[in-house]
Amino acid sequence: MTAAPMLAPVRPAQSRRTGPLGSLYAGNSRAVIGRGLLATRSTSWLIVLSGFFEPIFYLLSLGIGLGAIVGAVTTSTGQSVPYAAYIAPALLAVSAMNGAIFDSTWNVFFKMQYAKLYEGMLATSLGPLDVALGEIFLALLRGGVYAAGFLIVMQVLGLNLAWTAILALPAVLLIAFGFASLGMAITSYLKSFQQMDWITFVMLPMFLFSATFYPLSVYPQAIRVVIEILPLWHGVELVRGLTTGALSLPMLGHVLYFVVMIVVGLTFTTRRLRALFLN
Amino acid sequence: MPSSVITASRLTKKYKEFAAVDGISFEVAPGESFGLLGPNGAGKSTTMRMVGAVSTRTSGELSILGLDPNEHGPEVRSQLGVVPQQDNLDMELRVRDNLIVYGRYFGMSRALCGEKADALLEFAQLSDRAKSKVDDLSGGMKRRLTIARSLMNDPRILLLDEPTTGLDPQARHILWDRLFRLKEQGTTLVLTTHYMDEAEQLCDRLVVVDKGAIMAEGSPAALIRQYSTREVVEVRFGSDRNADVAHEIDGIGDRVEVLPDRILVYTDDGDAVLAEISRRGLEPITSLVRRSSLEDVFLRLTGRSLIE
Ligand SMILES: Nc1ncnc2c1ncn2[C@@H]1O[C@H](COP(=O)(O)OP(=O)(O)OP(=O)(O)O)[C@@H](O)[C@H]1O
Ligand SMILES: [Mg+2]
Repeated sequence: MTAAPMLAPVRPAQSRRTGPLGSLYAGNSRAVIGRGLLATRSTSWLIVLSGFFEPIFYLLSLGIGLGAIVGAVTTSTGQSVPYAAYIAPALLAVSAMNGAIFDSTWNVFFKMQYAKLYEGMLATSLGPLDVALGEIFLALLRGGVYAAGFLIVMQVLGLNLAWTAILALPAVLLIAFGFASLGMAITSYLKSFQQMDWITFVMLPMFLFSATFYPLSVYPQAIRVVIEILPLWHGVELVRGLTTGALSLPMLGHVLYFVVMIVVGLTFTTRRLRALFLN
Repeated sequence: MPSSVITASRLTKKYKEFAAVDGISFEVAPGESFGLLGPNGAGKSTTMRMVGAVSTRTSGELSILGLDPNEHGPEVRSQLGVVPQQDNLDMELRVRDNLIVYGRYFGMSRALCGEKADALLEFAQLSDRAKSKVDDLSGGMKRRLTIARSLMNDPRILLLDEPTTGLDPQARHILWDRLFRLKEQGTTLVLTTHYMDEAEQLCDRLVVVDKGAIMAEGSPAALIRQYSTREVVEVRFGSDRNADVAHEIDGIGDRVEVLPDRILVYTDDGDAVLAEISRRGLEPITSLVRRSSLEDVFLRLTGRSLIE
């Protein structure tokens, strides 16, 4: 019998999971989430707030300022809505994306390359899927908080045109989840800060062109196809349908798009963490 | 109860064609303090990572507490304490939170984590730094915190990869004292080092590794007895003369080793060798007689010094 070192011989609860997930998942993502929440105490609140206010500034300047000149816009379902109510749901989707991407790219990159955080985590009984789920949940949480705040601003400004706007909250959580898992997957393959710039390089045009400020119908077919392949457009259309009350069948397709994005992101993140820290 | 907690047999790790660990075999008994002594690049850390179930072996057999780490990674890791070669403390958390959060990774309750964290801070002599930022700790304190962290889950085996490299002598002695206590309490220790004094202080038994292979195995005293003489005479004639003088010293003592900066004469009677050297009219700039150490064992086995 080996004497336990120094203290009472209390054994931690051991997860005896077997099967294909046995070495990947210990069912303990909440420890990773708990660590993340504790660590946010030391983050800079200025950065957190700037990510929140960015879409609000767009809404105020373009929606109200430009909206006075533009008047009404026709949505993809043929409904005519005031310009501010047209761009507000798009900016809502953008704020979910911003929050999720910030956490799952820059923060994850730093933890992976410099802080060796995941190396330490994976030397415990945590598996790579616990780490991936925990970190993605934190990113999703940030996206969700941004979006909830934005939704309140929309309500105050009278830009939620239908009761279905309340469903925009779960929708943006889904969108944030999708962006967070794909963002973390991509980040786990990057090796330098220079490569991180590519993420910004893709995000800016995606933000500007995904039917955010005007309908896709202004583009030639070829460009439309490209935009419809990228994720943000699906988020914009989904949220816009909910806040304007113009529900349509294609919205289910948008939901499916994000479900697939989540599964793909989680799979690649888990694989990559395993290859990097448990090879 | 198995007779050994770690059994490795022809354990091998290859990176592409290069064998970082090349077919090593060893066993560690419960409560034993086992060391891997070797120079830079010998494959010590690679071996530790395989034992720690964070690196899969290329071939050979490995059993940790009766389990194959390839198949039972999380379960094996839940019973190990790991002190990696480079500290990977959580810089975004304070000292005590580092311990608590680490315990939570093992699925321990918050209450238990708090209790253990306080006891271990005491053990690591860091109680007064509980609320400090990790960055503000000295190197020795960080190392102690890493050791405290590794004990959060009451590990059955503690893996220490170069626990005192880069610390000043005083910090090293504090650390040795802490590790010695763990050893007395019956914790199984596996440690790597390239300091022979550390190996002599802490290890019941050790293997000397070089280029991924085991060169010798035994207790420090037995290795010294087997591969070296009781005493060593070190003489220096200045770097340009050492080589010239070497052949004049030939035949004195049991064995002569010429290094760039000094000549070593292995013998059971150091004073007699010194007398003989001066009888031959050779006048070393400095000379000293010391007991043989593991450094000499290593030199004998590989023809190279342990620390380059
Ligand atoms: N991930 C890796 N990929 C390729 N080669 C590696 C990798 N890890 C280690 N090696 C090589 O394997 C050999 C053994 O490395 P290892 O870190 O185990 O040595 P060590 O005995 O711990 O040395 P040190 O005393 O410097 O810590 C080295 O030549 C190293 O370059
Ligand atoms: Mg090493």
